[in-house]
Amino acid sequence: MSDNQVSRRELLRNLGISAALAAPGARLVSAQVAQHVHQAVAQEKAAAPKGEYTPKCFTAHEFKTLQRLSDLIIPADDHSPGALEAGAAEWIDYMAGNSPDLAQIFTGGFGWLDHQMQQHHGVDFIDAKPEQQTAVLDAIAYKKNEMPENAPGIHFFSWLRNLVTDAYYTSPIGIKDLGYMGNTAVSEFHVPEAALQYALKRSPFA
Amino acid sequence: MFQIQRSPQVHDVVVIGSGAGGGTVVKVLTDLGINVTLLEAGPMLNPVKDFKEHVWPYQVDHRGVGPHAEGYFGKSPWAFGYFAAPNGYWDVPGEPYTVAPDSKFRWFRSRIIGGRTNHYGRISLRFSDYDFKPYSFDGLGTDWPVSYEEMSPYYDKAEEFIGVTGTHEGLRTAPDGKFLPPIAPRVHETLIQKACQKLNMPCIPSRMAMLTRPVHGRAACHYCGQCGRGCHTASAFTSSQAMIFPAMKTGKLRIITGAMARELITDDTGQVTAVSYVEKATRTEKKIRCRAAVVAASACESARLLLNSKSSRFPNGLANGSGMVGRNLTDTTGYDLSGFVPALAGLPRHNCDGIGGMHVYIPWWLLDDKKKDFPRGYHIEVGGGFDMPQIGFAHGEEGYGSALKSKIREEYGAWVGFSGRGEMIPNANSYCEIDPTTVDQWGIPVLRFHFRWSEHEIKQVRHMHDTFKAVIEAMGGKPEKKELPEHGVDAVSVGGEIIHEAGTVRMHDDPKQGPLNRWCQAHEAKNLFVADAAPFLGNPDKNVTLSIVALAWRTAEHLAVEMRKGNV
Repeated sequence: MSDNQVSRRELLRNLGISAALAAPGARLVSAQVAQHVHQAVAQEKAAAPKGEYTPKCFTAHEFKTLQRLSDLIIPADDHSPGALEAGAAEWIDYMAGNSPDLAQIFTGGFGWLDHQMQQHHGVDFIDAKPEQQTAVLDAIAYKKNEMPENAPGIHFFSWLRNLVTDAYYTSPIGIKDLGYMGNTAVSEFHVPEAALQYALKRSPFA
Repeated sequence: MFQIQRSPQVHDVVVIGSGAGGGTVVKVLTDLGINVTLLEAGPMLNPVKDFKEHVWPYQVDHRGVGPHAEGYFGKSPWAFGYFAAPNGYWDVPGEPYTVAPDSKFRWFRSRIIGGRTNHYGRISLRFSDYDFKPYSFDGLGTDWPVSYEEMSPYYDKAEEFIGVTGTHEGLRTAPDGKFLPPIAPRVHETLIQKACQKLNMPCIPSRMAMLTRPVHGRAACHYCGQCGRGCHTASAFTSSQAMIFPAMKTGKLRIITGAMARELITDDTGQVTAVSYVEKATRTEKKIRCRAAVVAASACESARLLLNSKSSRFPNGLANGSGMVGRNLTDTTGYDLSGFVPALAGLPRHNCDGIGGMHVYIPWWLLDDKKKDFPRGYHIEVGGGFDMPQIGFAHGEEGYGSALKSKIREEYGAWVGFSGRGEMIPNANSYCEIDPTTVDQWGIPVLRFHFRWSEHEIKQVRHMHDTFKAVIEAMGGKPEKKELPEHGVDAVSVGGEIIHEAGTVRMHDDPKQGPLNRWCQAHEAKNLFVADAAPFLGNPDKNVTLSIVALAWRTAEHLAVEMRKGNV
């Protein structure tokens, strides 16, 4: 916390406003509970014997496939944990459970991937070797590769990547990965000189 | 069946609508000790409950995309996202409007105390001297019966009351005002300023209705950048928090929420005697008697109310002997372009939330350029920085894996965006009228819109495209791949999308040319006033809200004087 930050709770108390900022229609959870995924998932994991999540929309096979795909799309690296740890699969399962349109896109996509893998290697996507999995992704992760035989895969992968990145970058882990430092109350707005000089040195105005 | 109930009490002034115009009239009249009854079609606003300020996306189970993933299928019911302040939408259930076959128009309605001021961008620009005399300036449009000199004291009052940041620049296209201290430019905004310097364009501290100092009991900004979500400390201007809530404490204001105005009732002399409205909760029609009525329902809604107020004396609608009610409908032009700026890639992280929106902007700079192929001009709004990531943050990326993750991290905060907001010249093809066959859920006839951009606006938007590219390139950036469509009109925002409708009940000294006189008072009904953007004679490239507040302030003071004199 830098010196000019004031506690939001303090700020609101001074103004006589309640710090309970419940938004209507939304279930709020604390940042700690939300560390991995939304409240229901966290509660369920806490209650389960091995701390495991049971998918609500997808089959166990589909859910495992989704977890593997989310790990491939945003993996853990030296900088931060990845989409697996951020609970992307749980969030997508939750959203698909509330949207038949979304569920169809995902179950259809998992089916398409398994079928491709079966045709080429005789196994489902989740059971294929890592290099076989990435070979499929290399073909469907770019629009420029679009051909009639992989168009459904490209369409699905675009949806998948959108939802995995949404889940990741709206999670505490993803927000930390980006280094977003706002959403707080400060008494003064200030631009660090180091940041300004960094950009100016690299700009045409150096 | 509707039960018509009459209220025996005669109310001093009935104000219809609680946005920038209605809020100002309520404030000014109650300050002067006049009793006001405010009709609002929506509910009361409760900021503590309604504003989602400081909520993280992961604190909401659907994270903002909608409980049923509506946002993924283009069906989001929120115009500015789930986290925005309650603000209305272009489609309101049970309240349709129609659009003529050759036209495109989207009509935004906000049904809540405070109206659109609960969420608006708060860009607060004075109109220039030539904006009030457009016909004298270049032969297009119609001169206002009011000049900049007459309006300037009211701009002073408006700025001093709502609180507007800014600096004195001495530009004719951006008249100076009574400003609060400006806010420092963010890193990308400094680069934009330097690019503009290179291109001979002004890029000055923005003029925004956010408090960099405490004003009238409202706390100074705490720089979280979330003004659009609604501000619990009222540090961003809203008519609800800054005008209506304080007026409620005076004992001079009575508020009737859930009241949809149906028509204004007049007597044989043409005076407004009562307002008829539908009490939504009971679907009962009620009448409230008044000494004077101020219509501030938003430009098109105010026109609709007058057009629906027909009587033997006013067969074409109240105060519409000129036939000009509904005519001269304008919106602002909009065009956006973004670009990636390598100099910002990997920028050291810091909190750059600041005030919600831009800290600098580019006022129109080619007023005296004789070579350009369109009249008037536009201003440019800038975007960028380390925003709080939201749903859709990385949509459109390609690839996967470590490369994708690193690219997103590297490019975070390295994109800049430019939005042009330009003047539309009123034209004969753009107006609203009563649809002859369609009514809303209360049986009130709805509006039918006719709207077309002219060559002026199409050429202006082409100029925006070239300019934004030039600025991005001057920063060493790469503009997004975006070509202007074959039909230039497709590049311009759809009419109504920028939500700056104006002109539909215009002022004019000649009763044949405009329904209102220079005091926004109806020529044909002396106790009827209009206080939103409907009285405007043009729609300059300077967002309407500050001028709505200034003009409504002047109108309210005039009404108070006329009431004292016994003329109203």
